[in-house]
Amino acid sequence: MRHNEAEQMSEDDGRQQSPPSDLEFTSNKARNCIATGSGSGHPELQSQYPDQVLENVLENVLHFLISRQDRNAASLVCKAWYRVEALTRSELFIGNCYSVAPGRATARFTRVRALHLKGKPRFADFNLMPLNWGAHFNPWVLAMAKAYPWLEKVYLKRMFVTDYDLGTLAESFSGFKELVLVCCDGFGTSGLSIFVTKCRQLRVLDLIESEVTDDETDWISSFPDGESHLESLIFDCVECPINFDALERLVARSPSLKKLRLNRYVSIGQLYRLLTRAPQLTHLGTGSFSPSEVAGQADQEPDYATAFAACRSLVCLSGFREIIPDYLHAIYPVCANLTSLNFSYANITAEQLKPIISNCPKLQVFWVLDSICDEGLQAVAATCKELRELRVFPVDAREDSDGPVSEVGLQAISEGCRKLQSILYFCQRMTNAAVVAMSENCPDLVVFRLCIMGRHRPDSVTGEPMDDGFGAIVMNCKKLTRLAVSGLLTDKAFDYIGKYGKLVRTLSVAFAGNSDMGLKYVLEGCPQLQKLEIRDSPFGDAALRSGLHHYYNMRFLWMSSCKLTHQGCREIARAMPRLVVEVIRSADEEEMDDLVQTLYMYRSLEGPRLDAPKFVTIL
Amino acid sequence: MAFEQDLNLEATELRLGLPGTSDQSAEKLASPSNKRALPDVNEESMSRDHNSNVAAAAKNCDQETAPPTKAQVVGWPPIRSYRKNCLQSKKTEAETAGIYVKVSMDGAPYLRKIDLKVYKRYPELLKALEDMFKFKVGEYSEREGYNGSEFVPTYEDKDGDWMLVGDVPWEMFINSCKRLRIMKGSEARGLGCVV
Repeated sequence: MRHNEAEQMSEDDGRQQSPPSDLEFTSNKARNCIATGSGSGHPELQSQYPDQVLENVLENVLHFLISRQDRNAASLVCKAWYRVEALTRSELFIGNCYSVAPGRATARFTRVRALHLKGKPRFADFNLMPLNWGAHFNPWVLAMAKAYPWLEKVYLKRMFVTDYDLGTLAESFSGFKELVLVCCDGFGTSGLSIFVTKCRQLRVLDLIESEVTDDETDWISSFPDGESHLESLIFDCVECPINFDALERLVARSPSLKKLRLNRYVSIGQLYRLLTRAPQLTHLGTGSFSPSEVAGQADQEPDYATAFAACRSLVCLSGFREIIPDYLHAIYPVCANLTSLNFSYANITAEQLKPIISNCPKLQVFWVLDSICDEGLQAVAATCKELRELRVFPVDAREDSDGPVSEVGLQAISEGCRKLQSILYFCQRMTNAAVVAMSENCPDLVVFRLCIMGRHRPDSVTGEPMDDGFGAIVMNCKKLTRLAVSGLLTDKAFDYIGKYGKLVRTLSVAFAGNSDMGLKYVLEGCPQLQKLEIRDSPFGDAALRSGLHHYYNMRFLWMSSCKLTHQGCREIARAMPRLVVEVIRSADEEEMDDLVQTLYMYRSLEGPRLDAPKFVTIL
Repeated sequence: MAFEQDLNLEATELRLGLPGTSDQSAEKLASPSNKRALPDVNEESMSRDHNSNVAAAAKNCDQETAPPTKAQVVGWPPIRSYRKNCLQSKKTEAETAGIYVKVSMDGAPYLRKIDLKVYKRYPELLKALEDMFKFKVGEYSEREGYNGSEFVPTYEDKDGDWMLVGDVPWEMFINSCKRLRIMKGSEARGLGCVV
């Protein structure tokens, strides 16, 4: 009865969810009608045959349903549809690994080929969560090994994965094809080695922003000999040297390889060799983009530009981990076709950027460091009319550092890049006027994340809070689903969000607001809210209570260093039995008075998890 | 400013204790003169400790003599440690990167490698070479090169030419030296500064 709630609960993105209510299955009227339709013949056959036809038809039709939102809706129609949908769902998405137990998921969905699983909340990325909190992949891999021998793909985000898990993965699924680990940790090069040795059908191995322990194992050499099926090999986050000769041989025997992202231990000379072997690449991470350290290497340097020119299909470029700007010209030949460029590890100036960016008219995704200054952003705005996503990261990520980008850059981007859909912008100073301008110039904005690095910093020109700027964003950007706020903000900003942010699903708040009203406005006003993460803001128990009507619709709520008490949290836990309410202490602190350091709560079908560490108290 | 009272900025002010408490040491940390930059939150060993950085800073805040800097808050700005570390390490790597060159000596069975950045001037380098290979360099003079020794220290520069060690200023030397070779005196005769 409650089973399909799990999938409903795990869904996010896009559609309107129907609220989870007590789901009694209506008896299958259709079935009864057909059965009593009658005529000649045996009653049993008469009643069974039409059912079989119905189910077969349904199964064939439902196979075409791809989106999980559509599938969740279909599963609610009646018991037959629920059952058939469960049989035909091949990709299983679970947005919070603790919302449902592996056994429950495998019991309902019996023919899964791809698993997409997310663990820790995002604030864990910023050291706000102690180590060993949980999100273990192990119980999942063991359950799937039994239930889905034909599993082909696993995508994990913020999960704890051990070498043993990687081994189990490789051994349990003979047809395993794709492994994508995003922001994961817990494993090392020896785990990778075991995995690639045993995974003979591997097409995709993507390690993205994950922490990989250096066990000094040569995992690249562990790829089996003979032609490989590799289509994508991404290891730019792996912080240890690799066996380049083995990599070169691997690339040479991987004719299907389209995506290759190297780590910073690959020099530009080595990159050259790889490019000549793999001109069919569409996505390239260049590695260090500088020569190796060997002193006095005055050998004739190869023509890097020619190697790039041979890569006619290249559309996505990243890397540049230790860039020597003198080599930048080598990428000119591919600029015209580039749709995605990631310079976020390249400390380059506006002058160094301009010749490149002015040749990239098709660019849609651009990640960059603020070293390019407002001037660099103006150059981007002048050329990149097709820009959809911009991320500007700080070279110096401290509160009181000098800020090379400001409201000037934001204004320029808003005027030049009218099709902008997603922006992440770190800066030291900002004005309401620039934010308002962006809200008016870029009506297609879906994601707006502004991080003014100085806490409580007001409008740098007027001295006013940043309320009106963010207010304009929620008012004018009618498609907005994700918002991150910063700077000096009063409850008024949240009033705006609650009034106008009707589609907002993810909201990040830090050092903002003045009273409980702030949080109340949001919880009462935003019906689509699914992920709410708040730190260091003065919201207390009364505010928390105002969300009781909505918490079952949300994936999670995170509140750290706010004004919540244990009593307040306990009340919520009592009022909502399907909510897991975790109070997290920092590992070395004793419980100080009644205030809660971190509250992390999420809906779940399973009740309190059994793997919670000592510093987590589940109310 | 008038709105400051309404805003209750105190509530969101950085404190050591939990919001609402008025810890003595937290007050200290809050006052500008005692503020101290937290030990770098990016260091691998510490980056995961939740509040230990803040706690450590509070304990040490009496000892601070450096100019007051704003205490860094854990997890703020919200940049993943990996990204912070990458950009940070680039700076320190540039500062501490050594200049390693191979050193060969005529008649010796294998080569050695030394870091030129370790030495500040020629006498230090020569002494190190003497110790390493157990020989003596002799007296250096600009006109005659090395006198009074069987062995002469030479180096190959960026242009591929073999030069006598000591002719050019030290900085120029370490930036242009590709490798060192301690030549036997008989071969070295006639070697001098190429003008």
